[in-house]
Amino acid sequence: NNNSFWLQIHFVLLISRQGKVRLTKWYSPYSQKERSKVIRELSGVIISRAPKLCNFVEWRGFKVVYKRYASLYFCICNDQEDNELETLAIIHHYVETLDRYFGSVCELDLIFNFHKAYFILDEILLAGAMQETSKRTTLRLIGAQEDLVEAAKEEASSLSNIIAQATK
Amino acid sequence: MNPFSSPTRLRDMIRAIRACKTAAEERAVVRKECAAIRASINENDQDYMHRNLAKLMFIHMLGYPTHFGQMECLKLIASPGFPEKRMGYLGLMLLLDERQEVLMLVTNSLKQDLNHTNQYIVGLALCALGNICSAEMARDLAPEVERLLHFRDPNIRKKAALCSARIVRKVPDLAENFVNPATALLREKHHGVLITGVQLCTELCKISSEALEHVRKKCTEGLVRTLKDLANSPYSPEYDVSGFTDPFLHIRLLRLLRVLGEGDADASDSMNDILAQVATKIETNKIIGNAILYECVQTIMSVEDNGGLRVLAINILGRFLLHQDNNIRYVGLNMLMKAVTADAQAVQRHRATILERIKDSDASIRKRALELVCILVNETNVKALTKELVDYLEVSDPDFREDLTAKICSIVSKFSAEKIWYIDQMLKVLSEAGNFVKDEIWHALIVAISNASELHGYTVRALYKAFQMSAEQETLVRVAVWCIGEYGDILINNVGMLDIEDPLTVTESDVVDVVEIALKRHASDLTTKSMALVALLKLSARLPSCSERIREIIVQYKGNLVLELQQRSIEFNLIIAKHQNIRPTLVERMPALDEVTFIARRARSLPDAALTPTGPSVGLPNGVARPEAPIVDLLDINSDDAPVPSSSGGDLLQDLLGVDLSLASQKSDASQPSKNGTDVLLDLLSIGSPSAPTESPTQSNSSTINILSPKASKKVPLSPLDDLSSLSLSSKATSNAGAATTMDLLDGFAPSPSTEENNKLVYPSITAFESSSLRLVFNFSKQPGNPQTTNIQATFRNLTSNVYTDFVFQAAVPKFLQLHLDPASGNTLPASGNGSITQNMKVTNSLHGKKSLVMRIKIAYKINGKDSHEEGQINNFPRDL
Repeated sequence: NNNSFWLQIHFVLLISRQGKVRLTKWYSPYSQKERSKVIRELSGVIISRAPKLCNFVEWRGFKVVYKRYASLYFCICNDQEDNELETLAIIHHYVETLDRYFGSVCELDLIFNFHKAYFILDEILLAGAMQETSKRTTLRLIGAQEDLVEAAKEEASSLSNIIAQATK
Repeated sequence: MNPFSSPTRLRDMIRAIRACKTAAEERAVVRKECAAIRASINENDQDYMHRNLAKLMFIHMLGYPTHFGQMECLKLIASPGFPEKRMGYLGLMLLLDERQEVLMLVTNSLKQDLNHTNQYIVGLALCALGNICSAEMARDLAPEVERLLHFRDPNIRKKAALCSARIVRKVPDLAENFVNPATALLREKHHGVLITGVQLCTELCKISSEALEHVRKKCTEGLVRTLKDLANSPYSPEYDVSGFTDPFLHIRLLRLLRVLGEGDADASDSMNDILAQVATKIETNKIIGNAILYECVQTIMSVEDNGGLRVLAINILGRFLLHQDNNIRYVGLNMLMKAVTADAQAVQRHRATILERIKDSDASIRKRALELVCILVNETNVKALTKELVDYLEVSDPDFREDLTAKICSIVSKFSAEKIWYIDQMLKVLSEAGNFVKDEIWHALIVAISNASELHGYTVRALYKAFQMSAEQETLVRVAVWCIGEYGDILINNVGMLDIEDPLTVTESDVVDVVEIALKRHASDLTTKSMALVALLKLSARLPSCSERIREIIVQYKGNLVLELQQRSIEFNLIIAKHQNIRPTLVERMPALDEVTFIARRARSLPDAALTPTGPSVGLPNGVARPEAPIVDLLDINSDDAPVPSSSGGDLLQDLLGVDLSLASQKSDASQPSKNGTDVLLDLLSIGSPSAPTESPTQSNSSTINILSPKASKKVPLSPLDDLSSLSLSSKATSNAGAATTMDLLDGFAPSPSTEENNKLVYPSITAFESSSLRLVFNFSKQPGNPQTTNIQATFRNLTSNVYTDFVFQAAVPKFLQLHLDPASGNTLPASGNGSITQNMKVTNSLHGKKSLVMRIKIAYKINGKDSHEEGQINNFPRDL
């Protein structure tokens, strides 16, 4: 009976008001086909939901907690037994972290820098569970990794300069 | 060469895609990009791999296929640089899922990266493993992950902890390896490590009872202390969420304590104080505070009971219900629903608040509240709760009414011991939301009414009044029509007035008016109209002064396009016009419907009902389509007290005929106690078919008719009985011979003067063909006003002891005749005359009066799979067909 008591996030979705997918993160095994079905189904349910209803949707034996920020719906699919109020707080925590990273984040930031939205999420959630509750730590880790990327970039460009000069 | 100066950058591709105005344009752009990426992949272009994968991920999110990029992920992961690996792992998590075989190829790279000297690369590998690891990978990489639980950097330890949680979830056998390092994590100060350690321990405790015992013994006190420190900690900007220090950690600590306290009194005891502190001290004006409180309540309800805490928890939930945030109201209801099993009494105290939530503006909260109210209903509060619900029904949202109606009906019928209350509530529901009431509900109501003889007058008067107010509610109309038909006389005479009633003056014509309105009401469906016709027939006997008016109303339907109504109209008209003497017996007040039988039947029919759509009134109204429905009984002209035959065949027959013919055909001797109506029919049957008792029990209504007619044709003067068979032809055409047959039988029985004129249209049956193996009998009838056309019903009977299968009858006629053959009733003819096949045909004689009918026939069938056939010519048709 313990198996019915997993408390984990199954997936995270970011969907625009027009139904465009901005981010999908899967922590439970869904085949690619199932994933697109889930996205289709849920975006229909959530986008068409009346504004004053509560932020929880029961769906296929799971509970989808969603919250709209500007033009984006942040959805997290949880187990039934999970704490829905906390899931709302997790969504808010993620949004605040994005906000600090981008500096008043908007949908366009998440479109053009979608990979960064993923990297940040990967520092907050892992395996469908909460990994880090400090925004500062999360951003520090992201920063450290970006430094690594920058260093690699510089190295590559200086290398190509050297090669270019050598072959001149 | 600089990889960041290539043809289209990621940013440019996204811009191009966003600039597309139509889906087709977008597809074209994506197609072009995909082609370029494929080409680049084929050239094995190292420099663009990183960018290609980023593009593919974006394309993937748009919903296009990107499988060709999967191998690129693996290549990037295998490359040495951090940026490549980072993008590679991201692509791996997005483009692949754990079921794909390709994933197996990545295990080796993961292993290397888990041992990498760069901790960020180790972090990437842990993240990927945690998110998509399969059971095989879990086994292969568990030692690495376990080792990383002791890594010097806390950020790796926390990732390793969650990775371990995923691994033990995939492969529970590995749990024991992780117990010791996991409990070590609980002593950490770093919040990230602590929270992941707590989650890993929770996972382990759920998987293995040894782990649970271990953690319970070693860590409960420490966890309680940690939670206490956290709850009392001063403001800390790094972990602050609206004034609470790390609520996420708070919640996870409470959750682990829940697992530890469940089923263990000592552990539960040791966490009492802190639970009480959290439950009482938390500020509830912020949503996050309520999240902690909610978790705390869940823990209190799960751990071993310790006096006041549960009441405290349920009171917190009661407060949730009053919160302005509907999310909090929602979780409050949700949790109360679970708490009911633990402490129903404490939940009952919040009944009024819960009832208020049924009127919530949020539909999902309403639904939940309604469910909870239904759980809370008991003998003592049922009246008050039902009153509230019924009152609310008037103003509720149309969308919500169906649910609400169903729930009220189920509550009311569950507590229906007090009949007058039950009837009152049901009438209110029918008046308010009759259109949402399911068939079995109003059927049950009629059964209950028929059993409450002292309330017949009260009920029919209440229904009469309700009808005046809410004639738009279909089911109310039906129940009213039935009751008025049944108890119309009581309605007028104010019989059985209760003290609470106001006297009501209703004239006979008022009563007929009501039924007429129901009949002619535009919105009435077939069921209601049929019920109204039957009610009129009953009223014609109960209110003799209106008999003529009723007949006029009934006659208006004799040309109705709906066969059912047309047929009833003609039959009822005949009864009223020609059979005054037996009518009172026919429509005598129904005996109380047997509630036990009804409930049993309903129980039996429920599984079927689940399979068939329960839309309103799909079938034919006399219950042919739904023989289990009690409406059959409603039309039952003479249901006597004989127990319902247990076999479904007999049941069906009874239902179809509306009289207890099964009884009659099985046992026609008078030893069976029966009422007048049945006697009439028994007599009739014994005249009509003296040999009927020797026949084996009849299988279906059609064979009943057919047994009667051919046998009779040999014995007695034929005219009245031919009338029987001739009429039954037309009724067979509707495959709905039910009550019609009864009427026909009666009509044949009555020595009425009209037989003379009917005689013109009546012809004796003939044995058209007879061999040693087969007998074929024709019955004839003609439509009045169409002398050229003869309807023939052919009945085949097997005279051997072999079953005939694949039975086919063919007929040919000369040119002056036209033949139309209907499908046969079956293609298997049982042995020894144990059944028959009937087939209707229509012959039009263009030389009517000059030439007689003549027909050549061929009958083919199989005996034990062997073909056999018989031929013949029929010359013995009655002369003037």
